[in-house]
Amino acid sequence: MSQPVTPTTARADVIIVGGGLMGAATAFFSRQRGLSVILLERDLVGQYASGTNFGNVRRQGRFLPQLPLANRSRVIWGRLPELIGEDVEFLPSGHVRVAFKQQDSARLEQYAQDCKPYGLELELYSGRKAVERFPMLSPDVDCASFSPLDGHANPRLAAPAFGRAARRAGATVLEGAEVTNITRTSEDFVVETAKSQRFTAPLLQISSGAWAQKMAAAFGENLPFTPKAPQMGVTEPVPYRIQPVIGYASWVEEEGVYLRQVKRGNIIFGGGQRGTVDLVAKRARLDPLNTVRQMPHLERILPDFARLRVIRTWAGIEGYTEDDLPVMGPSARIPGLYYAFGFCGHGFQLGPGVGATMADLLATGQTEIPLAPFSIARFAQPSAQ
Amino acid sequence: MKGLFRRVAEAERPHITITVDGQPVTTLEGDTLLTALLLAGSQLRLNEFDQKPRAGFCLMGACQDCRVWTENGDELRACSTPVSSGMRIVTAEVPWTSQ
Amino acid sequence: MDKPVVIVVGAGPAGTRAAQTLAQAGLRPVVLDENRLQGGQIYRRQPENFSRPASKLYGASARSATALHTAFEALLPHIDYRPETLAWGISSNQLLTEHHQHVETLPFDAMIIAAGATDRIMPCPGWTLPGVFTLGGAQIALKAQACTIGAAPIFMGTGPLLYLVAWQYLRAGVKPRAVLDTSSFKTRMKGLSGLRHRPAILAQGIRYMADLLRTGVPLHAGITPVRVEKQENDTDLRVRGVTWRTARGQLRHTEGDAVGIGYGLRSETQLADLLKCDFAFDALSRQWLPVTDEDGATSQKGIYLAGDGAGIRGADAAESAGELAALRCLADLGRPVAQKEVECLRDALKPMNAFRHGLETGFPWPWKNAADLPDETVICRCENVTAGDIRRAAGPLDAPEVNRAKAFVRVGMGRCQGRMCGLAGTEILAAARNIPIEEAGRIRSAAPVKPLPAKIRGIMT
Repeated sequence: MSQPVTPTTARADVIIVGGGLMGAATAFFSRQRGLSVILLERDLVGQYASGTNFGNVRRQGRFLPQLPLANRSRVIWGRLPELIGEDVEFLPSGHVRVAFKQQDSARLEQYAQDCKPYGLELELYSGRKAVERFPMLSPDVDCASFSPLDGHANPRLAAPAFGRAARRAGATVLEGAEVTNITRTSEDFVVETAKSQRFTAPLLQISSGAWAQKMAAAFGENLPFTPKAPQMGVTEPVPYRIQPVIGYASWVEEEGVYLRQVKRGNIIFGGGQRGTVDLVAKRARLDPLNTVRQMPHLERILPDFARLRVIRTWAGIEGYTEDDLPVMGPSARIPGLYYAFGFCGHGFQLGPGVGATMADLLATGQTEIPLAPFSIARFAQPSAQ
Repeated sequence: MKGLFRRVAEAERPHITITVDGQPVTTLEGDTLLTALLLAGSQLRLNEFDQKPRAGFCLMGACQDCRVWTENGDELRACSTPVSSGMRIVTAEVPWTSQ
Repeated sequence: MDKPVVIVVGAGPAGTRAAQTLAQAGLRPVVLDENRLQGGQIYRRQPENFSRPASKLYGASARSATALHTAFEALLPHIDYRPETLAWGISSNQLLTEHHQHVETLPFDAMIIAAGATDRIMPCPGWTLPGVFTLGGAQIALKAQACTIGAAPIFMGTGPLLYLVAWQYLRAGVKPRAVLDTSSFKTRMKGLSGLRHRPAILAQGIRYMADLLRTGVPLHAGITPVRVEKQENDTDLRVRGVTWRTARGQLRHTEGDAVGIGYGLRSETQLADLLKCDFAFDALSRQWLPVTDEDGATSQKGIYLAGDGAGIRGADAAESAGELAALRCLADLGRPVAQKEVECLRDALKPMNAFRHGLETGFPWPWKNAADLPDETVICRCENVTAGDIRRAAGPLDAPEVNRAKAFVRVGMGRCQGRMCGLAGTEILAAARNIPIEEAGRIRSAAPVKPLPAKIRGIMT
């Protein structure tokens, strides 16, 4: 997204550091609220976690207090082609979680009860009924939990589409702009890049994913944080038969695989053990042994998977916090500083909602979406207070 | 329908019969599936996106364009699979058992 | 100390000689080959129940082919030979293989990759029609199956293989309708100084052309492909001929029922990429190639490349390079190596490098054609991505290099992982953005190197 003219210095209402889905969506919605925006992306918009994730637009199974945010996001997903002018292949074809063990089924049943007050209605199918409803599933499925309004989208397209839409709406979206230094004057944050550009704004959002921890720490807000690499793969295209996303509801890490079929036929899969990440080299490792390990579990949920061929694998770079919840909302220490990072491998669905909610905060300082569980304050050490 | 390929030598090999889309096809031991199918006809399968016929391309296992299926759904790369007597081949992906 | 484990990937000329050199030094290399029979593509064997003599199969190279096959038979007791085995991924110091849906992990101390090459392809409208094959494919049909790709084939492209295959077809009794070469006579002359380094090969090429001309096969130079024409009735769709432009720009049509196309060769570099070997842009061939020193050592310790997989120099060079890479590997493993032998091989390879230069100069990849391909031309035949799709990625979607274009429009994303379309797709992107080709990047490799059955089993978890 090379701008015709790259400014070397500029001031705006808000600077967003990191052009993943969170940053790009925030840039777009901030423009909708009339803020002037500079988005600084070190490489290309949506290149890391945002572009390499599974593409799940799933609400069911989420941490319950996160559902208001997820619901808001789901509404935006449904409005996407009109809203941003580009199709990102969102298919609201539903999401199924399947359990083979009774204790896992019990958890699905419990969740289906607990999520109701949040406006998420799930359909439960037990035993034979599950296979009647979803004939592609293995006959020994014990329980299937179906979320009819969830679905999936193309992560390679979503963040860049938001980036382009933000630019069309007047945001300054700079790729190849690696932030090297952030300081704060009495009025503004001053952000400098490796190309000696200098940008200033009274508001700053850090949404640089797996690389955000260092930036937060520089503002005195460190947290335990681990980058991990989801292990993804895709099969050859076959006729379109599997509408919903299917996830294996197991609390055994290695069994936790998931798959979805895109309309042109490929089946995308992931899950199980995660790989290691080199943040400096910006490289995530796909361990092909993990691909081999995924196969029996994928076949367990979808027996016909065994006929297919895997044609490509990849990994992404995701940031994980200790409690598996993101860091989202205002800084606990610095006025004007906001965070949206560390989505622990489940940020894709939230992306548009995060953008809209962060724009609320940036424009008005408040939002109706409850964000308390995601505050960075939860990691503050008593001694540092 | 005439085949694409022409056999120019090595015709003195035992005949074997395979089944392609339910029809018997006579071929010679040592032929690959691609050879057998392109001596008998002009295509191996339809491309899944434009539904136009394809007949392989590289013959050395690189382009992946020559696949066919066994009747029970296993995919075979025709250029590198030798024929064997009684093989039952189909030139379209086999519907899943679950559908 | 246990004997070090050295894996040789590929059993063509380079792999065979590498394995032989390792075995002579007392090692027992693991030799992995995707093919059912040893020999590689160039010395590919016919099935066991075929009877044509080597002279018929390999022509002027019959002696080299037989020598390579014989040497390999003698090696069998001394190597761990695994035919029909795909080397598809790397997990730290283990190579993952697949054989009949069974996975194995092979730890290794060193690896010599002799993965060879495939035809370099410049698509043109109609190139996905039944009846269009690569030149290598056309040759394999004849060599390994005693078949021709049609009764009236047209051979189009450039490079020595164009004339060799046309000549082999002529000898097999199937007269080519034409040989259409994108390289002009003037361009070929520029390659002469390099080609002269191997006078015997040059003379052979001239003989092929003379034989073709004498029997009335038209040889056209400096052509531009326009499209492969189709003939269609009911369910049958196939080649009817080729429309092309003369060097002066006049439209011509040649009737034919099959087309062999190829523009030189491109190296198979996926494993080197997965092993994180450094790559550098090779301006001569306009390709990114793994960086090696003159012995074939890569930037990664213990990883060596030999043969066409390291850069296209042909079969004779591959044999020397295989041996040289193995000697280097032995030396790096602390084994005694006769330095004289090493020097000898290095010297033998020097004219091969000059010859390669001559080939690329005299029969260049017609990269400029990419910019002129109509938007509706299929470029990626796996995913049916068109030239127009790539231009949309380059323009409105603003993809600065080919992996970004792949992410947006799927070029190179299919089963073959860009082997057929990667180079042309990158040229289209570079032309559309008006940037040098080296800035347009190269399609990154990913495991599995070739499609892997989901049925694979065999690793303890």
